[in-house]
Amino acid sequence: METFTGVTCPFCGCLCDDIEVTVEKGNIVKVKNGCAYSLTKYLNCNRDRITTPLIRENDKQVVVELPAAIERAAKILSDAEYPVLYGWSSTSAEAIGLGIELAEEVGGAIDNTTSVCHGPTTEALQELGLPGCTLGQVKNRADLIIYWGSNPLQSHLRHMSRYTIGAEGRWRKSRDDRTLVVVDVRRTYTARVADYFIQVEPNRDYELITALRMALRHEEIEQERVAGVPVEDIEELADLMMSCEFGALFYGLGLTMSSGKNRNIDAAISLVRDLNRWTKFVMIPMRGHFNVNGANIVFLWHTGYPFAIDFSHGYPIYAPGATSAVDILSRGESDAALIISSDPAANFPRRAVENLFKNPLIVIDPHRTVTSMRADVVIPSAFVGIECEGTAYRMDGVPIKMRGIAEPPKGVLPDEEILKGILTEIRRLKRGG
Amino acid sequence: MELLITNAIVYDPANGIDGEKIDIAVKDGRIVETSELKDAKVLDASGLVAMPGGVDIHAHIAGPKVNKGRLLRPEDHLRMINRRREGLRPIVGYTIPTTFTTGYWYASMGYTTVMEPATPPLETRHTHEELNDTPIIDKACFPVVDSNWFVLEYLKEGDIQGCSAYLAWLLRSVKGYALKLVSPGSEEAWGWGEGLKGIDDPVPYFDITPREIIRGLHAVNKLLKLPSPIHIHCNDLGSPGNYRVTLDTMRCVEDLSERDRPSLHIVHIQFNAYAGSGWGDLSSGASELAKYMNSHSHVTADLGQVLFEDTTTMTADGPWQYVLHRLSGNKWVNHDVEAETGGGIVPYEYRRRNYVNAIQWSIGLEFALMVKDPWKLCLTTDHPNGGPFIEYPRIMTWLLSSKAREAALARINRRARRKSSLGSIDREYSLYELAIVTRAAPARILGLEGKGHLGIGADADVSLYKLNPYIMDLSKDYKRVREALRRAAYTIKGGEIVAIDGEALNTTYGKTYWVDVEVPEREEERVKRDLNEKFERYYSVKLENYPIEERDLRFPSPLHIRGEGI
Ligand code: SF4
Repeated sequence: METFTGVTCPFCGCLCDDIEVTVEKGNIVKVKNGCAYSLTKYLNCNRDRITTPLIRENDKQVVVELPAAIERAAKILSDAEYPVLYGWSSTSAEAIGLGIELAEEVGGAIDNTTSVCHGPTTEALQELGLPGCTLGQVKNRADLIIYWGSNPLQSHLRHMSRYTIGAEGRWRKSRDDRTLVVVDVRRTYTARVADYFIQVEPNRDYELITALRMALRHEEIEQERVAGVPVEDIEELADLMMSCEFGALFYGLGLTMSSGKNRNIDAAISLVRDLNRWTKFVMIPMRGHFNVNGANIVFLWHTGYPFAIDFSHGYPIYAPGATSAVDILSRGESDAALIISSDPAANFPRRAVENLFKNPLIVIDPHRTVTSMRADVVIPSAFVGIECEGTAYRMDGVPIKMRGIAEPPKGVLPDEEILKGILTEIRRLKRGG
Repeated sequence: MELLITNAIVYDPANGIDGEKIDIAVKDGRIVETSELKDAKVLDASGLVAMPGGVDIHAHIAGPKVNKGRLLRPEDHLRMINRRREGLRPIVGYTIPTTFTTGYWYASMGYTTVMEPATPPLETRHTHEELNDTPIIDKACFPVVDSNWFVLEYLKEGDIQGCSAYLAWLLRSVKGYALKLVSPGSEEAWGWGEGLKGIDDPVPYFDITPREIIRGLHAVNKLLKLPSPIHIHCNDLGSPGNYRVTLDTMRCVEDLSERDRPSLHIVHIQFNAYAGSGWGDLSSGASELAKYMNSHSHVTADLGQVLFEDTTTMTADGPWQYVLHRLSGNKWVNHDVEAETGGGIVPYEYRRRNYVNAIQWSIGLEFALMVKDPWKLCLTTDHPNGGPFIEYPRIMTWLLSSKAREAALARINRRARRKSSLGSIDREYSLYELAIVTRAAPARILGLEGKGHLGIGADADVSLYKLNPYIMDLSKDYKRVREALRRAAYTIKGGEIVAIDGEALNTTYGKTYWVDVEVPEREEERVKRDLNEKFERYYSVKLENYPIEERDLRFPSPLHIRGEGI
């Protein structure tokens, strides 16, 4: 039996790196410090597991050896005119880099899950920038914490205890040293522990932010309520924001995916920019998958763009809305797909899923998923951060090494090895080897 | 592999070779005696100039802020595009190119070594991942340490020993090469949205001044026997009148320095060479700074030349980036890093017809022409801050040719032209001097013994250009010279030909240098105790997850040093 300390949790964008995991004969038997999601991920990592490669033959998935599955996957990708490579948010930075090389090699499109979550954040950032910082800055300095359209007590369970109101920092020792504000459409769990809860009417965040910006400039707001919020409350919040020493705004899909999308984020960025005239203020998006930020980051240094990249011309073309996986699939343009550690069949629109299933489909995943059940090639993979190592990037951009502490099922390889295999095979096929 | 380069006109200032026709023999990646070759491939370099591979001492090419720059500027990636070719990745970007583009482009200009001069230690794993993906060139990165809490606390206590042992640990942990100071102390102040003025303003809560930080780190650098001096981005960067702060900075370590041994490297000095009291009367402080450097031997500088380009500014100097954002109204990224440093990114266009920009342009060149000893100077633009590195050949021709300068001067803002002293300077660099500021001096300042020269045992990094100083008039023919410098006829890296006629041939990878300083065990133990006690209070990650292992670098090349006197 061996206990590993300082293990990084491969579940959400908090990337808590203080997990203690006890392993016995290659299996995880005990987990300390992790939240409920973390425990489930570690302790159930062998549930619903695929352990052998599968290839579809006559409408049935049959077990094959790994080289045969890799060959088949390579053949599908190199025969395709316009394959889509999607997922990438729950694997290592190293695997993501190889994925991009693969997309270049086959002239396909590559996209990560950002296009269905924080895409608007990215677009707004490209317009305006983003005043941000690492989470430790917040832990040490912030006396005002705002969660907007985000409910960490259900989505990022340790975010508050590790980085915000529950954290002990250099200048903020206890809960009393910080004010917590929650802005949301309903009284969430997080709202219940807040010092101020602002209930905004659904899809009216943009108006509320605009009113806040007016209040900052002491402009008269003529209505009694904006977006369902009494003007006095708005003015009080504006005061709170201006008079704090260090404010931090965390925002989630409640803001990025409510009506207005990137315009909401535009407004939020402008608000935080304005606030920097009076005090220090930052904002950080609450990223979901543990390495979705890593996917953006690796895409950027390889191609210049964070997601939704089309290589059909031999260089990257970035046009979210046209080159994102959902759009390509919905228009029925692709003729093959590789899905890695993601389950689009469970959450993409119907038309997109139909097209995904109509064409040859490769899935690389540790688990059986809705998508993998209909795939032509299924390659089981090891869990990054549990069974193999690799780098991940926290929601604030801090890179953290994930470790391999347990054994993957026999014969199951890391994503990195599988992708290298496919890439080598494609190059061999191309050179007519 | 063996290679014999014959008939080239060689400029190798470190060995006193000034335009002589000599053969260069290469074996197993190094320069050897010709007699050592048995079965060499011969490269006839008739009519070509040979120099050691170019060395860039200061270019932001990799890491968190460069990558945020890429994110911020999708429009930049449309400025240069090239489809992928066999063995090469696509070319994308201009002022913030992809890592692959960066490697290919440096090679295409005959550069083979580049330093990433500012990495936040906590995020340096990211910097190394990008450097790992930067082809062809050798490289290294400098952790930013001037607002680091451990450093501030050790120095406040006057504990130079402790600070040295800590920084030895830090350099080893993040695989860094030199110590970088960015507007000393001001990133910590910026954590509260504040800035510092000059070098005697105390850092809030830490009660230590930039002067004390600079002197302390100067002493640490010496104690650790690091190969390169401290690299300092001076306080008050970008403000009119700041040349005085730069002088203060140079002076503040005068008494600690040994004669004839550079111990302070001022980075992108152009941005810190401003006289005047405001933007309206901005003028040049270049002559004052050059005068000081001409009469003192402890300071070297790189240029930070401005080009008339739409570029992307990025620095760990958070307060300055905020000022620039407010001045220009342009988009702004800020990124503060806990217990360490900060950073900001703002796109910015330098315009010829803008008075301030034209003065900035002039200051850089004046300074380069007024510093008498080229060994004290390195050519940079603070890429991409002053302009993208791919435009270096423009600056080279401005140094080589007064005609090139006149042509440029004729097109700038009129008031700036009247004010500029550039027109009255007729000095022209020789190719020998050019080889110093682009190769020999940076390599020497960096302490990279195998770089910047072509003596026996040097790394076989050679660049050949279609230039013939015996036939061409470098001054008159500056346009041809520029073209020749832009597209090296051959770039040889570690004995292999990596680019021909300005085109990279393949995606191979160079080394990453880092320094491994051994300190006495008792000091190491003490630092470990301090780290155990404080690290997790300061940071949001565990101490054990902070260090980067050597196997995380593609081709690590450690320099082992015994720290002395610690
Ligand atoms: S908050 Fe997220 S990263 Fe932290 S333990 Fe829970 S699931 Fe893992």
